Amino acid sequence: MMERQQGSVPAAPATLLAGAVHVSGAPVVDVDPFSTEFFEDPHRIHEALREAGPVVWLPRWSVHAVARYEEVRAVLHDPATFCSGRGVGLSDFAKEKPWRPQSLILEADPPAHGRTRAVLNRVLSPAVMKTLRERFQAAAHRLVDALVARGEIDAVADLAEAFPLSVFPDAVGLREEGREHLLPYAGLAFNAFGPPNELRQRALDTAAPHVAWVMEQCRRENLKPGGFGAAIHEAADAGAITHDEAPLLVRSLLTAGLDTTVNGIGAAIYCLARFPEAWAALRADPGLARAAFEEAVRFESPVQTFFRTTTQAVEIGGARLDEGSKVLMFLGAANRDPRRWDEPDRYDPTRSTVGHVGFGSGIHMCVGQLLGRLEGEVMLSALAAKVGSITITGPVVRRYNNTLRGLERLPVTLTAA
Amino acid sequence: MPTITFIRPDGARRDLAVAEGTSLMQGATSQGLDGIVAECGGNAMCATCHVYVDEAWAGRLPPLSEDEDALLEGAAAERLPTSRLSCQIVATADLDGLVVRLPDRQV
Ligand code: HEM
Ligand code: FES
Repeated sequence: MMERQQGSVPAAPATLLAGAVHVSGAPVVDVDPFSTEFFEDPHRIHEALREAGPVVWLPRWSVHAVARYEEVRAVLHDPATFCSGRGVGLSDFAKEKPWRPQSLILEADPPAHGRTRAVLNRVLSPAVMKTLRERFQAAAHRLVDALVARGEIDAVADLAEAFPLSVFPDAVGLREEGREHLLPYAGLAFNAFGPPNELRQRALDTAAPHVAWVMEQCRRENLKPGGFGAAIHEAADAGAITHDEAPLLVRSLLTAGLDTTVNGIGAAIYCLARFPEAWAALRADPGLARAAFEEAVRFESPVQTFFRTTTQAVEIGGARLDEGSKVLMFLGAANRDPRRWDEPDRYDPTRSTVGHVGFGSGIHMCVGQLLGRLEGEVMLSALAAKVGSITITGPVVRRYNNTLRGLERLPVTLTAA
Repeated sequence: MPTITFIRPDGARRDLAVAEGTSLMQGATSQGLDGIVAECGGNAMCATCHVYVDEAWAGRLPPLSEDEDALLEGAAAERLPTSRLSCQIVATADLDGLVVRLPDRQV
């Protein structure tokens, strides 16, 4: 547990230990980044974490963390030292059995990672995106027409969830029945990366039916020809992976491919509703749609955190970490680090977002990023073409998840352009 | 520092000094050159940093990797034999004077 170099302070609440330092040399910051208080307003605490030092120690969960851009990027780009194979949540797979069979890509290290990654790279390549664009565009226009006709909507359920649900499961090749399991499954998987708090416990307690449905859909006979799922099984025919591995790689898409884009699109709508200048700029130039989505991913960071585990003793940011140390990376804090970004708290679709870590960076950088961007772009350009104003009309309610940042409800009125 | 010339589709030229060891993409985006989007930040995952290398230079660059080749197939603008991803070309003293053309679009 927490140890201090100056051992004179008795067992006082850690909040009182201003200036305390862990034996590793990292300053102690007593905050819980997996609490509802934090989810409601992470930015103030992100700032405290960044200012405390390049690496900090969080006594609440006995873990080191990095919140500055430079260190987050350094950890992401050194997979030999900061591995994923012991889990990218708080739980260390070397000590604790994973709650589900380990991911063959997200929770894998080189060289094994390269093999499965190459398969998904091809399945979700730029060339494949070209074949989806028109269909996604048409779906976005249809949905926006229907929403404008209604006027008053919940931008979360009716838009941010409805749109990906109307394109993604079909693109994977899923059957119609049972798709209501997809969002609960993703929600629980992302909660499970967190510490053993109530959110995680509840997720695991309610997991069984969702897990069963998802695993069933990953089998070849349940995936329609022409979709991403079938393409993964074909990669097994070609010998790139084994037939046993294919279903687990399909599972990666079902875990990571839906709730992330829901929260990405939700973030973009929430930004555009709050920043009238940005909305005006997008209306004036719908060509900004893709950049407006990307900036929303930087600004809100729908995937807030991931962990790594050290494979050897290492010095980083002046702290000395032992082998087997978990390190929590605050992607959202890095994306607003004033050391890296001018006016980080301003949502500005015209800024250069190159290098943001909302999709991660390095070998595990999101393999579905092009699909995420395609969905975001076509939705925002449909809105820019058809909607005159987006006005928030009621209480905005946050959704609590250990990894994902997003909203439960966003009541808005859309007026026709 | 090697100087790299970027030529826009409308013919406008810009000479940029790119530090040895950094990629053409990094050199261009950090100096505010429009026309290279680089959505993936140089991780060779997006094909939005596409350039056409001047014919005179094409044979003097290290060859394409398999990944780069596959990504270029999906580039938004037409792929030519001289197509490369600028995040995969690292500036060296040998490349001083290199000329690359920007495609008409990246996404
Ligand atoms: C806005 C939408 C999205 C965001 C913000 C996002 C974010 C991320 C992040 C931060 C990582 C890095 C994980 C790490 O470093 O440990 C990642 C990896 C991954 N993402 Fe996404 N993602 C999005 C959309 C998608 C989509 C649409 C798919 C699938 C179709 C997907 C599938 C994956 C997979 C399979 C990985 C693991 C890659 C690897 O370990 O090599 N993601 N994503
Ligand atoms: S910057 Fe994405 S492939 Fe070069």
